[in-house]
Amino acid sequence: MKHQLNRLLAVLLLGTLAGCSTMGGDKSDTGEAAVEDRSTTAEGGAVTSGAVDSGSFAGYSLDDPASPLSRRVIYFEYDSSNVAAADQDLLAAHAGFLASNAGQAVTLEGHADERGSREYNIGLGDRRTQAVRRILELHGVAPHQVNTVSYGEEKPAAEGHHDAAWRLNRRVEIVYTGR
Amino acid sequence: MRMIFRAVLLYLTIGAGVAQAALTIEITQGMEGAMPIAVVPFGWTGNAASAPENIAAIISSDLSRSGRFEPLPDRDLVAHPTEAGQVQFHNWRMLNVDNLVIGQVTETGAGRYTIQFQLFDVFRGKQLVGFSFPASHADLRRVAHHISDLIYKELTGEPGAFNTRIAYVTTATAGGEKSYTLLVADSDGYNPQTILRSDQPLMSPAWSSDGRRVAYVSFENKTAEIYTQDVASGARRKLASFQGINGAPAWSPDGRRLALTLSRDGNPEIYTMDLDSLAVKRLTSNAAIDTEPAWSPDGSSLVFTSDRGGSPQLYRVSASGGQAQRLTFDGKYNAGADFSPDGRKLAMVHAEGGAYRIAVLDLDTGVLRVLTDGQLDESPSFSPNGSMIIYATGTGNREVLAAVSVDGRFRQRLSLQAGNVREPAWSPFEAN
Repeated sequence: MKHQLNRLLAVLLLGTLAGCSTMGGDKSDTGEAAVEDRSTTAEGGAVTSGAVDSGSFAGYSLDDPASPLSRRVIYFEYDSSNVAAADQDLLAAHAGFLASNAGQAVTLEGHADERGSREYNIGLGDRRTQAVRRILELHGVAPHQVNTVSYGEEKPAAEGHHDAAWRLNRRVEIVYTGR
Repeated sequence: MRMIFRAVLLYLTIGAGVAQAALTIEITQGMEGAMPIAVVPFGWTGNAASAPENIAAIISSDLSRSGRFEPLPDRDLVAHPTEAGQVQFHNWRMLNVDNLVIGQVTETGAGRYTIQFQLFDVFRGKQLVGFSFPASHADLRRVAHHISDLIYKELTGEPGAFNTRIAYVTTATAGGEKSYTLLVADSDGYNPQTILRSDQPLMSPAWSSDGRRVAYVSFENKTAEIYTQDVASGARRKLASFQGINGAPAWSPDGRRLALTLSRDGNPEIYTMDLDSLAVKRLTSNAAIDTEPAWSPDGSSLVFTSDRGGSPQLYRVSASGGQAQRLTFDGKYNAGADFSPDGRKLAMVHAEGGAYRIAVLDLDTGVLRVLTDGQLDESPSFSPNGSMIIYATGTGNREVLAAVSVDGRFRQRLSLQAGNVREPAWSPFEAN
């Protein structure tokens, strides 16, 4: 388990570096930590090491901004958990990555806009994560690779009390967590 | 005659700490026919130049916040009697006040006081109620609220809810970091006490029926979990941490069970949890969202929100489970119910024309009445005497609390000096 974690982190760090080289100016924390190549306890209690392993996945790199996997938010209509046709391909790409990388995992964070009752909005966010989970599993992702949490209206992506903000807040975020 | 006035509460020192009004209460719509009353500043006998608390001001503020009374402004007080023998009833009759409150605070020892008060019927020239209370420094505000309760009960025939508390959640952003705080304050906004602070969302505070504990949802571990916490000691217990939703906690009236929403079986359903064994029992079974359980005051049934009919509406189910019965039919959105203490009304969030407002359903007649005029009103909670509903609303870009009388005629706003305040839960009457 720990060994897998180390490998995974190494993969993630490499991926981030790859992202830096194409983007140029990405100053993400993981990118900087990786440059130092130190064997220390990183924030959050995970242990990093200098081991280099390219991993086993083929196809997309998680942190290549040109890859569809760099898009990790999908949006929903009011009071709806229907995934738009345009997002099906995106979810299929994430599913393909997860299915071929059994050590990878995601948390699906479900959100709602601020209108209406808070706990009902938790329900809406949950239903959105379940809709995404079903699509991922249809494409071969193992159930244990997917965790869900609904924040309802508690963590808006956009502040403001109007349609433009609400549209950005009705969403599911795909967060890669590793295992 | 429509009276609109502001009740501005001042900071007052109490005990070792500072009793600050976290929530400033502003009356935004007065009530026609509010009862005129004179509350005369209490007399003071003690070492200091003045009494440690202005008891009359606390009582006067309580009475005006109820919407049922219109206390005479201090400048209109024709006299300042502090004992019965000094009262000239004809002077007060000329001012058209129905009732008069006088009293005295006496220092009886180090930090010990006696508070005496009398309520008079001005037109009959007779005392209606009078009491004397011993109190420590820290008890003075509570005694003042208790006097307000006695006056309210005597003159309206209904119990007052001044000696109660409100739990609520505040959010603030500092240095780009958001923080969430769960607080408990007196019902006049004074004496706010933080019971939990987190950098992740806190939600859905709910009081136990004895008023000693609060259940809530915390995301402190990046997942929804339900805790209960003893308000006085701060001791807390994690009750629910299942996969998915752990939300919407509601104590049964007998305090032995918690109703809650879990999605561990695939989608949000209502469960009850036995607080001794922590065993859970599922009450609903439907592919829709079922959430926001509220116990009827007799504990026999629960009302909850479900979109099983296509839009969120309120349903009622027996506490032992079974078939649910739909209760709301007006509009496409009715959610987040709270029972009135007598079990005959439900407050809820009701949407019409894109505006989310607080409405009350009369369970006897089936009539739904919209009480508020905001755009994003939510989280209604009845006062324990059933006279007011506190709720969350927006003003400009800030979240504030507001309260409205059950008949919709009287309104007030409760706001923080900075930051947002939301999810008010009015405590039950204190267990004594």
